[in-house]
Order: sequence, then C-alpha cells, then structure tokens
Amino acid sequence: MFLGESLAVSAIIFGIGVAGVLFRRNAIVIFMCVELMLNAVNLSFIALAQQLGREGQVIVFFVMAVAAAEAAVGLAIMISIYRHKESVNLNDIRLLRG
Amino acid sequence: MILTVVFWSFAGLSIMSALLCVTRRNPVSSALWLVVTLFGLAGLFVLLDAHFIAVMQVIVYAGAIMVLFLFVIMLLHVGRDQPPDMLGRVGSIVMIGVASLMVLELWVLTTSEPAAELQLPAGTLAREAAQLGAVGAVAGPLFRDFLVPFELTSILLLAAIVGAIVLAKRRI
Repeated sequence: MFLGESLAVSAIIFGIGVAGVLFRRNAIVIFMCVELMLNAVNLSFIALAQQLGREGQVIVFFVMAVAAAEAAVGLAIMISIYRHKESVNLNDIRLLRG
Repeated sequence: MILTVVFWSFAGLSIMSALLCVTRRNPVSSALWLVVTLFGLAGLFVLLDAHFIAVMQVIVYAGAIMVLFLFVIMLLHVGRDQPPDMLGRVGSIVMIGVASLMVLELWVLTTSEPAAELQLPAGTLAREAAQLGAVGAVAGPLFRDFLVPFELTSILLLAAIVGAIVLAKRRI
C-alpha cells in the first residue's frame, strides 16, 4: 500500500534537503537539511519494509541513533567554531581554503 | 479512499513545511518548520504500518534532536533574522537543477516493483503488529538478527557523548 507514492514523497523531500544543503550558507540550517535528507531515506526504508519485511524498520532505528550522535557532535563542532570565528556562516569559515 | 486522502494530506504537509524550512531566514523558524515536517512524516509512518517507529520519530527527532538544535541556536545568538545567506541567482538556478535531477533519478525508482519472490503477502506487517504488538514486532528482529549492531550503537552513542563534551567544553 502506498509504495510508489511514499517513494515519490521521499524523493521530493530528499531533493529539497539537497537543494538546502547546496544553497544555504548558514551551518545550522545546513545541518537541518541533512536531517531532512535522513528522514526522507527513513521514509523509503519504511515504505519498502511494508513489502520486504520488518528489517527495514529496524534499520530506521539505527539511522535515528546515528542521526542523534551526528547532531550532538556536529553541533558541538559548531559551538567551538563560533567561539573562534563569531559566525556560523560558511563563507566566513575558510581555514582549509587558504 | 479515506486512507489516500490522509496519506496525501500528511505528504503535502511534510513537503510544504520542508520547503519552508529550507527557505526561512530565521534559523528558529527553520527549526520549527522542520518539526512540522517530522510530524508529517510520523503520520506517514503510521499509515505504512510502522507505529512504533512513528512514536520514536516524535520522541527522538521532534523531541530530543530538535531541542538540541534550538539550544545551540540560542547559545550562538543566531535566533534573529539573519542576513540573506542564499547563493546568488545563477547559483540558485544551478542548485535547483542539481536537486531536481536528483528527484528525477529517485522518481524512476517509484515505478519499479521489488522482485515478486521477495515480496511478503499484502497486510503481513499489519497482521504481525496485531499479533505481537507494535513494539514486539520490531523488537523481535532487533534483538535476534541485529543484536551486534544494536550493541555497537551504544558504543557509538557513548563516543558521541564524550566527543561532544570534549569539543564544546572550554577547559576539561
């Protein structure tokens, strides 16, 4: 039920997330867009789990755990960058660009 | 019929709020629209027979992770309208092109059907959930087939906690 429709919704949300990561410069918003992409993938896992077995839902569990870990570490990195640069705009952070 | 209406209203809700989340200039409104998206997706999860995951989505994502985001926005004093941070016109058009290419590629997948011998009979998950309960049905494979990854997750979370403290604390 709703397999194709769910995959389509998941594709659209993933695309919105990609567009956000590519054209926003605020690091926090970029992070939120990454979460958006993870959620789109979760949706397709769950849609396919309905046809192919419960394991897909278990994978979503692991995705959520990894997303939580990633958010914690990423936001900590952002705090320590802000302490040095007073900004979270990626255009101001160019340590590796020389 | 009614299910289709419910499905598309949740889908529309999550797509619209995802768009708003990406385009708002104030990070706080972005975060709040992201919460709406997560709620909409939780509704879709319920329709797709993943009741327990839907609850986890609301508790873990809309609860814990978004609170973390709002805390960081508050700590960094970026909770007001920010100067426009989007790329210029040409950049935006290119990026929207890249993103729609991606959507097109993924859209092709929606026309594909999983191989017939892999498919479960229709309604299997709903029957399992009725038999074992929403939690039991997920707990079975989680603690039987995925026990080692499950335990490794705890190590990952511990490493993330320690890493976050080391990174964010001024003096340890």
